[in-house]
Amino acid sequence: MITCKQASELVSRTQEGPLSLREKLSLRLHLLICDGCARFAKQVNFLREAMQRYRQ
Amino acid sequence: MAGMPNDALHADLHAHRGYLLRVAKLQLRDQGAAEDVVQETLLAALEGWAKFSGKSSVKTWLTGILKHKIIDSLRGRMRELPVSEVLPAEAEEEVIEAFFSAAGHWTSPPQNWGDGEAALKQKQFFDIMDFCLEKLPPKQGRAFMLREVFELETEEICKTLSVSTTNLWVLLHRSRLLLRQCLEQNWFGGAREAN
Repeated sequence: MITCKQASELVSRTQEGPLSLREKLSLRLHLLICDGCARFAKQVNFLREAMQRYRQ
Repeated sequence: MAGMPNDALHADLHAHRGYLLRVAKLQLRDQGAAEDVVQETLLAALEGWAKFSGKSSVKTWLTGILKHKIIDSLRGRMRELPVSEVLPAEAEEEVIEAFFSAAGHWTSPPQNWGDGEAALKQKQFFDIMDFCLEKLPPKQGRAFMLREVFELETEEICKTLSVSTTNLWVLLHRSRLLLRQCLEQNWFGGAREAN
């Protein structure tokens, strides 16, 4: 089981490119049971959307 | 649009100067250098106006020109900067540690932000965003702006900032941790209490 620190790193890396299958699976598993990291994942997506709006 | 009279064109370009200067300052962290690249951008825009197709907005077009000017400027500066500024030290790792306990748990877990879409409709939200972007340490700020405003791919950012891919991932991850914390403290937390 990966830690929140590792999971958050993987969340951030999804913004830069695809994860390996193994990384994807361990992240998905972690997000299922961890509210903090699930929120972080939503917020990272939100940041990207906000920066798109920032540019317009 | 190519036949726009000169005065109107000047006014149109001038209207975007504030935004361009803000973006340049966030990247270069130097008022003089930022004003220089914005000046060059506006001059290039005046010279190249005939080539502007009108397919994108003027702001997008200007941002594209600014991007090249900033990358050139950063590449030049990275060659002159002391090694400590260029290479992310172990200190980066320590700051990330502060977000997590020794066991790898969040020391302060992210909260529910509610309706993010509503925030994006408010000008004040973007003022807070600017405040939070300015608070990012220079290396993180540059990496984040190159990625999220100029939409450069990893490889090109690494080349521009002279960092390895792993270093860049750390910089971007840390930017996001810091930004989300700043937004939570200054917008989402406060906004909820105000309602």
